[in-house]
Amino acid sequence: MSTLLKLDQIQTFIGQYHILQGVSFEVPKGEVTVLLGRNGAGKTTTLRTIMGLNPAAKGSVLLKGEEIKSLPTYTIANKGIGYVPEDQGIFADLTVEENIKVAVKKENDETRQRLDWILNLFPDLKKFWNKPGGLLSGGQKQMLSIARAYVNDNELLLIDEPSKGLAPIVVEKVMESILQMKEKTTIILVEQNFMMASTIGDSFYIIDDGRTVSNGSMNILREDEEMRRKYLGIA
Amino acid sequence: MDVLINLSLNGLATGMLIFLLAAGLTLIFGLMDVLNFAHGGLFAWGAYSGIWVYTSTGSFFAGIIGAILTGMILGIVTERWIIKPVYGNHVQQILITLGLMLVLSEMLKVVWGPNQISAKTPDYLSGSWEFGGIIIIKYRVFIIAVGFAVFLAVQYLLKKTKIGLVVRAGVMNKEMVQSLGINIQKVFMFVFMVGAGMASLGGMLLGPYSGVIYADMGMEFAILAFIVVVIGGMGSFTGSVMAAVLVGLSGSFMAYYVPDLALAANMLLMAVVLIFRPHGLFGAKG
Repeated sequence: MSTLLKLDQIQTFIGQYHILQGVSFEVPKGEVTVLLGRNGAGKTTTLRTIMGLNPAAKGSVLLKGEEIKSLPTYTIANKGIGYVPEDQGIFADLTVEENIKVAVKKENDETRQRLDWILNLFPDLKKFWNKPGGLLSGGQKQMLSIARAYVNDNELLLIDEPSKGLAPIVVEKVMESILQMKEKTTIILVEQNFMMASTIGDSFYIIDDGRTVSNGSMNILREDEEMRRKYLGIA
Repeated sequence: MDVLINLSLNGLATGMLIFLLAAGLTLIFGLMDVLNFAHGGLFAWGAYSGIWVYTSTGSFFAGIIGAILTGMILGIVTERWIIKPVYGNHVQQILITLGLMLVLSEMLKVVWGPNQISAKTPDYLSGSWEFGGIIIIKYRVFIIAVGFAVFLAVQYLLKKTKIGLVVRAGVMNKEMVQSLGINIQKVFMFVFMVGAGMASLGGMLLGPYSGVIYADMGMEFAILAFIVVVIGGMGSFTGSVMAAVLVGLSGSFMAYYVPDLALAANMLLMAVVLIFRPHGLFGAKG
């Protein structure tokens, strides 16, 4: 399977703090790669570095072999990367419709089909179509954020902790939607919920103290209790 | 009754002029997080360039177009070469835009001389209408109509167009807008250009309204505009129009009934709003 994205020895600073000190991983096309690690390990910063929001000081970020490390965020996004941030990034005063409309790059039949598909997946968005995004529940905001990233024909989706703060029944819904998207696109998923990560993911990378320390297929991690305890704090 | 109507029209006309200046200021702050103290300079440059075109060509309409174009060009130059290097640093923004304000004012004196310049109302807008003993000055109605038309046009732009949607989204979350593949720098320049054009239009319209223009008029009106932005809420376009009308009306009525307190009234109004609604009447909390 071909590699869609490759990070090599990425180092990122935020202010004076050296957050990423050597993150390397490869994302195979068509798969879900899960980034795991404790709070503060550098998972969110890794996604923000890929998007150019916290640009890397050293190392390389290759998208289909092209260096994107020094590009501005909007150019990176236009290369086919959709981003669902940890805080969902909903425009609170814009309606659900406007939140999606602002994201649409091309208004064509394909976009309309993708929108129909995602609205069938998340009927709540249709129900609250004219409501401001700020009035949605946490789960609905998450759905909107995912819909906004998916509405364009992105080759890669970066999804940061989609289960965070959601009720179990909503987590199931979000998980189901990502499983369906998996059939159509490549995904990098940052997730603390191991059940969700192991259900969706094909392969994993563990980030600890700003470095990738382990990786493999998700089956390995499911069976390696010692590794889960050491790096994720779960048995 | 005629006093009340005239004071109201006077207040509304002044309010609309302040609105034209404050609207750009609030959008620039809301979207770009830039405190632009040079905005008043664009107002004064609009007045001078517009009146110059008007007196040179004899066409008031050409003067208005000239003022708007001057403002837009100065706006682009200001954003690209003066403001852009200091994005994200409020202290440097204040210093550099205050400096630019002084430079713009002094440049007016270099180009058009230090004395004030008289500005005549065009014939077709001079004079007044009389309705049942109430005299209504045409030019005031014209300013109110132009201000209202600009308000509607900008509302349409913000609410019904994609660029407006992007601007509104950008005011809330610039980072996310960029993550959606939108070049926020281009949006910044567009907003700055529109804001500068509006300010210059305001300056041009003020000329015949007050009868004279002078280099320091920008600073005087900029103070009123800042009061309006604070009262209306930083970043709120609707807030800027409501607060501008409020400030215009309060100035007009206070100047007639309690002239000694006319200047203090706006400051007092701002203080009261800040005490009870620190984020302004229409501003977002936080």
